[in-house]
Amino acid sequence: MTLATALFLLVLFVVTLTVAAYSTYAERKVAAFLQDRIGPDRAGPFGILQPLADGTKMFMKEDFIPAAANRRLFTLGPAIAMITALMTGVVIPWGGELTLFGETFRLQGTDPEIGILFVFAIVSIGVYGIMLGGWASNNKYALLGSVRAASQMVSYELGMGLSIVALVMLNGTLSLGGIVEHQAAHGWNIIYQPLGFIIFLVCAFAETNRSPFDMPECETELVGGYHTEFSSMKLGFFLFAEYTNMFISSAVISTLYFGGYHVPGLDRLGLDPNLTTLIGTAAMFAKTFFFIFFFMWVRWSTPRFRFDQLMNLGWKGLIPLGIANVLITGTVYHLAELWKG
Amino acid sequence: MSDLRPLTTRSRVVSDKRMTLMERIYLPAMVAGLLITIRHFFRRKPTVRYPEQERPRPAVYRGRHVLKRDEKGRERCTACGLCAVACPAEAISMVADERKPGEEHLYREEKYARIYEIDMLRCIYCGLCEEACPKEAIFLTDRLVKADRERMPFVFGKDELVEPMDPARRIDVSGRQTAAVRTFKQNPRYAHNR
Repeated sequence: MTLATALFLLVLFVVTLTVAAYSTYAERKVAAFLQDRIGPDRAGPFGILQPLADGTKMFMKEDFIPAAANRRLFTLGPAIAMITALMTGVVIPWGGELTLFGETFRLQGTDPEIGILFVFAIVSIGVYGIMLGGWASNNKYALLGSVRAASQMVSYELGMGLSIVALVMLNGTLSLGGIVEHQAAHGWNIIYQPLGFIIFLVCAFAETNRSPFDMPECETELVGGYHTEFSSMKLGFFLFAEYTNMFISSAVISTLYFGGYHVPGLDRLGLDPNLTTLIGTAAMFAKTFFFIFFFMWVRWSTPRFRFDQLMNLGWKGLIPLGIANVLITGTVYHLAELWKG
Repeated sequence: MSDLRPLTTRSRVVSDKRMTLMERIYLPAMVAGLLITIRHFFRRKPTVRYPEQERPRPAVYRGRHVLKRDEKGRERCTACGLCAVACPAEAISMVADERKPGEEHLYREEKYARIYEIDMLRCIYCGLCEEACPKEAIFLTDRLVKADRERMPFVFGKDELVEPMDPARRIDVSGRQTAAVRTFKQNPRYAHNR
């Protein structure tokens, strides 16, 4: 690993944490605005220091472990949730190539051949964090929450995977960098895969445990779901992991369906390549932030699904749709190839 | 039954019929919901940022009390206790004392309240004390009682109730003297108050 990569990863780490921290602020502001309120405005101008105040509060709280809890697993749960949440950002292409001091850097931690599978693998491990946290608390609400989380995530990973299959067939690569380049050459995937996009989006909501699929937490039914027994920064880690996941899934949605860092027509302007890259990165973040906003917008607009409705939607709705999408994409793709000869 | 009309114009008849395909897709309803909330996003917020901003209160607002002084700066209250008797919340208590020679510039009559306390947490701001007062000494004003973390600071003594001696810093209660009140005071029976 070169020094440049290490530096890039450090920056990425800091950016991810900052975005996650400010997502909590944004969530409260968005919620407030959608409900005709103004939200936090006391800590600093417009309440801009609110995440700092929240973080300080989290650290000052008593770090309590219930007597009946399995101490080791109880600590491991939030750690896994946090680590896995932070890991996936590495394979996402945050921008094109940047030439500095005569050397060319790619604004991407690493671009493995199986980039999108890597994301899926890590996200699946993330379930363990929730599962362990809920199980180790030795509390029925927590257990129910984590069981719901696990079954929900397993179910929706199928639908998500199927929507990705069609996308990968079209793009001919699993590498996220490759997918962005393909979109730059042939147009964004949203044009070719509208159904796949909807399936992916719905599944992304379920995977990140966001409303209307926030069954694992569902304050009104399960107290706090899998993090009922957690306090202090352990709770903070769970909440933080959720916001990090939201950030990463927004970035993945932008990368897969909205051209990532690609801005249509930008390369025709003949700008300095470095400037083009920076604008591309800005565009990538703009797309990502829009989807973060979208996640919040949906959360504060819709009621929660019932658990059986959730399972019905996942297994009887999204998976057949996903399969149909794969079949249609394959057929049309094949016919198009035949047409071209 | 036909007489029973819904209380709102927005009521819908609920039915448990099977949902149509469009309804089962959820997405149209979801989009409709999102459009409703985004309209609220850009709407002007009715929030009043309290300590910095205050909602305008009418001049006849019944807020924090004041014990008035007369035009020469003497306390009007004679500790007759009628306000305490009138108070439905029993929030007022007082200890009377006799005016000593040389205190004529402080107290209007021979008797005055040495201690006069209102428990602002008991007070229901009904204004009956003001109505009971024969000396036009106590008035409710459009000022608010500030919040606090303890209970004791809410028992206001004379230091907080009596208005300042300085004519420039007197508390204006003329807003509460509505036309009806002014006519009522023209009655010769209350001439001794003026």
